[in-house]
Amino acid sequence: MITGTAPEPLLTLSGVCVFYGNFRAIDQIDIAVGAGEIVSIIGANGAGKTTLLKAIIGQADRVEGRICFAGAEILGSTTAAIVRSGIMLVPEGRRLFPSLTVEENLQLGWEVGRRGQIGFDDVFRLFPVLREQRRQRAGWLSGGQQQMVALGRALLANPRLLLCDEISLGLAPQVVAELYALIPAIKARGIGILIVEQDLERSLSVADRFYCLLEGRVSLAGRPAEVTRETVIRHYFGL
Amino acid sequence: MPWINQLLQGILLGGLYTMFATGLSLSAGVMRFVNIAHGDFIVLACFALLVLTTALGLNPVVATLIVLPLAFLFGFGLQRFLLQRVVGQNVLLVILVTFGLSIIIENGLLEGFGADTRKVSGGWLETATVALGHGINVGLFQVLTFIAAVALVAVLDFLLYRTGIGAKIRAVSDDVAAADLIGLSSGRIYAIAMGISFVTVGIAAGFMSVWTNFDPASGPTRLLIAFEVVVLGGLGSLWGSLAGGIVLGIAQSIGGQWDITWQMLAGHIIFLLVLAVRPQGLFPRY
Amino acid sequence: MRSASRLSLILARLVCAAAAAAAAAAPLLLSQNDVVLLTEFMSMLVLAIMWNLLAGYADIVTVGQHAFVGVGAYAFFGLSALAGLDPYLAIPLAGGVALAIAVPAMVLVFRLRTAYLAIGTWVVAEVLMLIAGKLDAFGGGSGTSLPISIVLSFGRARGDRLAVIYWLAFALAAAAMLATYVLLRSRIGVGLTAMRDNEEGAAAVGVNITYARILCFLGTAPFLGMAGAIITVQKLRIAPPASFSITDWTVFVIFNVVIGGIGSFEGPILGTIVYFALRQNLSGLGPVHLILLGSFSIITILVERRGLWGLVRRMLDDDLLPIAHKPSPAFRANALPLRAARR
Repeated sequence: MITGTAPEPLLTLSGVCVFYGNFRAIDQIDIAVGAGEIVSIIGANGAGKTTLLKAIIGQADRVEGRICFAGAEILGSTTAAIVRSGIMLVPEGRRLFPSLTVEENLQLGWEVGRRGQIGFDDVFRLFPVLREQRRQRAGWLSGGQQQMVALGRALLANPRLLLCDEISLGLAPQVVAELYALIPAIKARGIGILIVEQDLERSLSVADRFYCLLEGRVSLAGRPAEVTRETVIRHYFGL
Repeated sequence: MPWINQLLQGILLGGLYTMFATGLSLSAGVMRFVNIAHGDFIVLACFALLVLTTALGLNPVVATLIVLPLAFLFGFGLQRFLLQRVVGQNVLLVILVTFGLSIIIENGLLEGFGADTRKVSGGWLETATVALGHGINVGLFQVLTFIAAVALVAVLDFLLYRTGIGAKIRAVSDDVAAADLIGLSSGRIYAIAMGISFVTVGIAAGFMSVWTNFDPASGPTRLLIAFEVVVLGGLGSLWGSLAGGIVLGIAQSIGGQWDITWQMLAGHIIFLLVLAVRPQGLFPRY
Repeated sequence: MRSASRLSLILARLVCAAAAAAAAAAPLLLSQNDVVLLTEFMSMLVLAIMWNLLAGYADIVTVGQHAFVGVGAYAFFGLSALAGLDPYLAIPLAGGVALAIAVPAMVLVFRLRTAYLAIGTWVVAEVLMLIAGKLDAFGGGSGTSLPISIVLSFGRARGDRLAVIYWLAFALAAAAMLATYVLLRSRIGVGLTAMRDNEEGAAAVGVNITYARILCFLGTAPFLGMAGAIITVQKLRIAPPASFSITDWTVFVIFNVVIGGIGSFEGPILGTIVYFALRQNLSGLGPVHLILLGSFSIITILVERRGLWGLVRRMLDDDLLPIAHKPSPAFRANALPLRAARR
């Protein structure tokens, strides 16, 4: 198990297994994320990345092992309690509420989370285009704008740990670049980020550390600077 | 001009019908299931009001006010402990459970109260009339009911679109899985929505029990009325339900000129007609 | 224990075959009262099989099938008593009338979905009942009795009559079972099962959902109509609330199928048998027995969705009537083994 640079990791998974019925989707995973650290989870489709995030946020049916957040065991807690304690998910595919306005979507994030420093002004400063669109129905926004709303919604929950599930999915490269350019600003606020991505280049470019998943197990872990691209690709595909 | 009288009667009747429909519209629009026992719950509330007004001698208004918070708790509990287990999965299960509930309530009331028709006495309010000039008179109580129906729709509209809990209810109705993922406990929000739906059932019962006779078997006709109003008005639209209620009320009022069978037939025929030419309803939201 | 469940299956199938043979010969074996009871059983069985086909296989839940039973009843009266046709002919023709009415009904209610569709069928039933009450030739709101001549054409002696009516009901029930069996074994049947499991997926592999639903909805109408005709011959009367009785032709049917086991071939049969076995004891309780039935069906839905048959099925190797499609032995022998998940 590789520990983060921070003395006490913000999030630790120890020996975690996740089952869908009898199928073991995640097999004995150990992962740690420190405060203010950006950790990337990479892996092919079906490797178990989204399942991992769902297990952390409390939406997986059968999970074994231990999940500790800020010193407390969160495995078995409800999602609402986990969100209130400081973890927020940016779901795969945005998953905004289409009939609600941008403002209402953001407001929901604010209401389910903790009270903290981040407010609406911060989010509008981060994503200026949303200020103009605030009364627009979320379902009518472009993919990139929706992703911004999803991120803004998560930030308004004032999380200590942000879980990002495939935020580049379905977006134009230019838009993805803009989004990823904002990641350091989020990190600067001391928020830990766990990024799940299929896009190798993107996620390794911002990550402090990474884990590579293959068929439910960690096949490689380390710092992006310390491994070669070939090594990563080998472990990505299990060659 | 007798037809103006018919028209007015129909419009005012539409107010009562709208009240029947709002609860159904809420549960159908939010939780995407149709509560087949909806009409029977209205009748159950009517009997509760009957007991409160006769056995305890309470004023109907006071009795209704007592029933409302109980109705909320009842709806909340029903959703939380029974319906939550079947909602969202196979639609068949929900239909069957609510259908079973409908039969149980009807027969429970039959067993407990017998088959006689009942009514809650509204005292002077029932017989008072309002003169509108040109020899046209309408019942004061009917007018009050209509005003209350409009107020109810306005309040629900405000609740859904201008409050935090309303936003949460609409969020869960949009995408319940997404709501769960971000920490909105959909189960609790559904239960709140159902509680609100039952409050409207209580209000509807408060007016219905004074307006007309009822007996344990009255539930299905209320359900069909509420259902037709919701579909006529357009699924998901509260103000549409008001329009739908008025249309149905007018149709029934005109049909009622001949006999009770024609009254009911007229309503059904209008419903089927609108279904045939404009299935999305008059003011659909989706 | 495979051999034990295999043995149970064989025994169960033998019992079923024997029961069917006994049922065919019932009027020769049982008293007149029992024959009457069994006739009612057969009619209810037809209704249960049809409702189950729509709700359990085609995913079309209806709470208005009493519409077509009533239509069949009134059509039978109209054709035999008013138009003077041969009563034996009037029965299938009544089924035809029910089918004719089912077409516009379907066009209307198919504009709705799921629970709305269910209540829509209820509205249609209400409308038909109200219209029936307006037809003076049929006795208007209080209905009328079947003319004696019609009744006697089924047999001059009561015993003969009861036997004939029984065999008509038995034939209808057998036809209903056969038709359902053939449908479920056909391509449409596979499509229905696929639809039930995953509608989008089924459409994606080319199952014509609309066609399947239309076929099922229209297909049940003639059976319901003929059942209505036979019921009328047995009850000797038509009347709007009785011929279109939601309690008798919908409520009980739904409860029976749910308790017996929705979505299986054996479920409706088992449910109707259980209902009739208990009916004598239950009817003395008045409204309470409906409360019990209702509660029991809710419990069934929550606990074991496949009903009583679901419980029995766990102990057997296979369905009593092999409906499910299984790959042929040749296919199984040649199929590639699935790769075991790596550990």
